[in-house]
Amino acid sequence: MHLRLFELARDHLEDTGQYKVVSGIISPVGDGYKKKGLIEASHRLEMARLATENSDWITLGSWESMQPDWVETVEVIRHHHEKLLEKQQNCDETDTVKLTKKRRIENRYEASSHQKRRDGPQVMLLCGADVLESFGVPNLWKQDDIDEIVGRYGLVCITRSGNDPHKFIHKSDVLWKHRRNIHLVHEWVTNDISATHMRRALRRGQSVRYLLPDAVVSYIQQNNLYSAESEQKNADVVLAPLQRYLEASSS
Amino acid sequence: MANRRVPLVLLACGSFNPITNQHMRLFELARDHMHSTGQYQVLALQSSNWVTVDEWESQQPDWTETVVTMRYHYGRILKEYEGRAGKHMTPTPVSFESSGPQLKLLCGADFLDTFKIPGLWQDEHVEEAVGRFGLVSVSRGGLQPEQTVHESDMLSRHQRNIFLVREWMRNETSATEVRRALRRGQSVKYLIPDSVIEYIHQHKLYTEDSERRNKGTALRPLTKQAQSQ
Repeated sequence: MHLRLFELARDHLEDTGQYKVVSGIISPVGDGYKKKGLIEASHRLEMARLATENSDWITLGSWESMQPDWVETVEVIRHHHEKLLEKQQNCDETDTVKLTKKRRIENRYEASSHQKRRDGPQVMLLCGADVLESFGVPNLWKQDDIDEIVGRYGLVCITRSGNDPHKFIHKSDVLWKHRRNIHLVHEWVTNDISATHMRRALRRGQSVRYLLPDAVVSYIQQNNLYSAESEQKNADVVLAPLQRYLEASSS
Repeated sequence: MANRRVPLVLLACGSFNPITNQHMRLFELARDHMHSTGQYQVLALQSSNWVTVDEWESQQPDWTETVVTMRYHYGRILKEYEGRAGKHMTPTPVSFESSGPQLKLLCGADFLDTFKIPGLWQDEHVEEAVGRFGLVSVSRGGLQPEQTVHESDMLSRHQRNIFLVREWMRNETSATEVRRALRRGQSVKYLIPDSVIEYIHQHKLYTEDSERRNKGTALRPLTKQAQSQ
């Protein structure tokens, strides 16, 4: 479950003694991403808002989804980092921010002589192992972007049995170069609850209660979201990053 | 062809130490499955929230055999159902033509394996729990409930009364893991209901001490069966 990623990441980072995670943000992708089965951003935003209602530190970031075109992840991170720096100028506390592909966590970095010093608040990308491994999919990410995400910002990656993130990092020069900025958190208690499974159950009229927050379940029912039809959305369309980078490489 | 659905109540026994979202999922999965057979209508007896907690078993002075708890609840269900239907229902064994309500035990697939632990169950009780009432067993992970049923003569005999539901989404959240996380000061948010988390913190439950409770003591079913022999 998405929200569990935040909880696991925060526990892990604070346990290192080097971070204070002060906030997390869920940043749903815009409709321009054109992923198959992606329903309107307005609904996805509202569901994320409902899901985070009962959290005292995780909130919703709507900037990404409100952009007219699909926005590269690195731009989203930059945006939130800038926002954080502005906020910091208005107060004395030092915060750091972690931004994830769909979420971000803010951390306050506490100086330690053993760690490379990075002044000011930090933003890191929080993701599952599938996202980390997606770095290897041709034309899905720009190499420069990956370099910036792990080099300048940082990655918190939740993995589970069956993944081998160390191997993946080892096999990638750019990831390996910035390995100290990649925090791997092992999820010992596997939880396969994925949005794909959710949508499948919903299509089949099966219960998703206790897999999603009650408020989200109600919202889905009231608005009749997720049907066989909605799953076919964008079925014939190329994913935005693939489209953009293929065009760029052929021009 | 009996088209009327049999009214069904699902009873889940267990430690619930603590209750987790996974426990609640058992109910949801079982209900979906039993509805989809076309033969059952899972009842909501008391309120719109169809899953309720009952204190009777936990209030008994000694550990209570599961089948005793089942008999108790079945008696109550019959009474309430009679009250609504305005007629007297004779308790019946499983029969699809019967329009009387049925009670089945809801459990995880690991529960099926416990039938073969020596001294844990009395044979007559297993017969009654499975034969007279019935089981709805929800599996996850690497368990092979079909195999367990196959390997047991008693369970195989009552196959028609054992409903196996598969949870395709692997979810290893367990009360044991939740207690472990709590001992270590880790977050269990989104694994158990928020109100339960609050309660646990308020009452400072689940520490290293609480985990050691009953260590070295034999499980009550094992001593109770031995005593009666």
